[in-house]
Amino acid sequence: MSTVELASPARSYLEEGYGLRSWLTTHDHKRIAVLYGIGITFFFFLGGLAAALIRWELVTPAGDLVSAETYNKAFTFHGVVMVWFFLIPSIPATLGNFLLPLMIGARDVAFPRLNLFSWYLYVVGGIFTLGCLLLGGVDTGWTFYTPFSTMFSNSHVLMAVVGVFIVGFSSIFTGLNFIVTVHTMRAPGMTWMRLPLFVWSMYAVALVMILATPVLAMTLSLIGLERLFGVGIFDPALGGDPVLFQHFFWFYSHPAVYIMILPAMGVVSELITHGARRRIFGYRFMVYAIIGIAVVGFLVWGHHMFVAGQSMYASIVFSILSFIIAVPSAIKVFNWTATLYKGDISFDAPMLYALGFVGLFMLGGLTGLFLAATALDVNLTDTYFVVAHFHYIMVGGAVMAYLGGIHYWWPKITGRLYSEAWARFAAILMFFGFNLTFFPQYILGWEGMPRRYHEYLPQFQVWNVLSSAGATILGVAYVLPLVYLAWSLRYGARAGANPWDATGLEWQTSSPPPPHNFEQVPVVHEGPYAYRR
Amino acid sequence: MNARLHTVPEQFDDPVQQREAATLGMWAFLATEILFFGVLFAGYTLCRVRFPDAFAAASRHTDMLLGTIETAVLLTSSCAVALSVREVQLGGRRLATALLALTAALGISFLVMHGFEYYAEYEEGLIPAIHYTQHGVYAHGIEIFYCLYYFITGFHSLHVTIGVVLLLVMAWRTWHRAYDADYHTPLELTALYWHLVDIVWIFVYPLIYLVGRAG
Repeated sequence: MSTVELASPARSYLEEGYGLRSWLTTHDHKRIAVLYGIGITFFFFLGGLAAALIRWELVTPAGDLVSAETYNKAFTFHGVVMVWFFLIPSIPATLGNFLLPLMIGARDVAFPRLNLFSWYLYVVGGIFTLGCLLLGGVDTGWTFYTPFSTMFSNSHVLMAVVGVFIVGFSSIFTGLNFIVTVHTMRAPGMTWMRLPLFVWSMYAVALVMILATPVLAMTLSLIGLERLFGVGIFDPALGGDPVLFQHFFWFYSHPAVYIMILPAMGVVSELITHGARRRIFGYRFMVYAIIGIAVVGFLVWGHHMFVAGQSMYASIVFSILSFIIAVPSAIKVFNWTATLYKGDISFDAPMLYALGFVGLFMLGGLTGLFLAATALDVNLTDTYFVVAHFHYIMVGGAVMAYLGGIHYWWPKITGRLYSEAWARFAAILMFFGFNLTFFPQYILGWEGMPRRYHEYLPQFQVWNVLSSAGATILGVAYVLPLVYLAWSLRYGARAGANPWDATGLEWQTSSPPPPHNFEQVPVVHEGPYAYRR
Repeated sequence: MNARLHTVPEQFDDPVQQREAATLGMWAFLATEILFFGVLFAGYTLCRVRFPDAFAAASRHTDMLLGTIETAVLLTSSCAVALSVREVQLGGRRLATALLALTAALGISFLVMHGFEYYAEYEEGLIPAIHYTQHGVYAHGIEIFYCLYYFITGFHSLHVTIGVVLLLVMAWRTWHRAYDADYHTPLELTALYWHLVDIVWIFVYPLIYLVGRAG
């Protein structure tokens, strides 16, 4: 492509070309990360609008704002978009794509063309999903449970399924790229036990992506077959087994939860070590915990089916395994806390997000133990307790970490500094808005309000109004970064190579980095997080 | 042997690193393939547990002779592609090209034989949703068996088709001296892929053709 002029300072990756064509045909992992970032932001706010519609409807007990059908389509769209078009690609495809090669001292990922191709697959999958919305939407819930999705739903199931099928391949190719990159592209001296924890989390998540996503793809194909031809293996009326569908679906979709949270854990490890200016406490245990979560994450899917007619013995095993996976998660929380101990803590915006993550993740994780207990789960299945639980993990956990990471690496990605005051304000507002939205839902669920209905008993109204009020605050808190980060692109102060005085190879090169990341291939002499203490 | 000078893409330091990356990438891809087929095998197993007699009856409708010949053809083709890789490693070109062409031809003949099978099944009325005329107590289980049969063999045939195209490209490029003893990674990876196609069939063959015939 270009020759690096050694005499003059290298041009940054942003200055490589300005036309649309230079972006849409780029092989640069940093540009692909930015492309992903744009797509993900678009879908995040689109999915957020669907959530807003849900919360507006639930302000009053009567189903008066939208019809039941529209409500079903709203929560389905919210789920499909947020899971497959925001959460799963969020950290890996943006921060991961941008940082993985930088952090290991590589010029690019191993297969740059495949990387670009995976973004195009993401876009095509997104177009199908948007098309599905424009045609009238889909009402099955994001889980596409059979036989409703195959035999009874009159909405555009096939189109939604095709969209998800396609975006699944984007995730597989990203995972494949990351695995090969970490294995073969590390700079001299960058041994496995010197990898930043973010890289470890990307590696673990890539393993989950390539091993779980194919199962989703085939399961969705089987749904398509059953819906198109009226023959298949899921519909009980045809002699099929709907629980088999649930097994297949959750074999992917439970590990998918770890696709969302493992990268968040990686980001938070970076933010906390920097925010406390300390080495991570128990690096090796953090690594083993990441791998442990990725492996055990494959073995807990049955806890979604305690009431679905699965054998009691299977439920007991899945219950025990679900308790076991809490152990590595707890190890991570303890180690983050221990890292803070005697640290030189600064409460800058990324650190606020990281601390918010730890608290919310802990609450989400602990309520997960309620749901892992078979007897208690019978009561709580399909109530708002479950909704609150997974939103604490996915929104309180993954989204907080994603935004914390975006702030932390914003100077590296764009070369500009954002407004610290606004960033802190948004982070705190988000924390309060989030808790006000979702904590009442724990109470609602505990008191027995079921999910996925557009009307409810009047006694639940107080908590629902609180939740909707919180959602409004949360919405404002999400729009704020969009505004001040966009503002910083033009008016923000220019960032130096290492504005945070942080460790890590990504801070050793200019901001924004040159097209091939480093003027010279770096040589690594020590482990990550070499802060003073 | 003057193979065209192979240029290493800019993200790699040297050809060794490129080769390692490409090989690992293919192995990772093959791992995903196993999961793709794994779902179908799992579905097959569960349905067979539910309808053991119907699956046994359905299995007897399959053409064991053709299935066996297809298995032999695929195994032979795997051998041929392995020999062609060896030949390129030793610096041969003509024999390697011929072996690759033979592999592709065997792949095509596999597809043709499968086409005949599908046609015979259509005649018999064994295609669910399109032309299905089975009656009796097992009719329903047989329908599910054939549903899975078409999905599994169809998905496998898709892989065979992709493999044949890759093999023909490899044959063309080998003939035009793109590969030599030093650089032949794409050829090796194509062979790996072809072996996977073969291995999957080794599981499909007993499950579909043999399993219900004993007793």
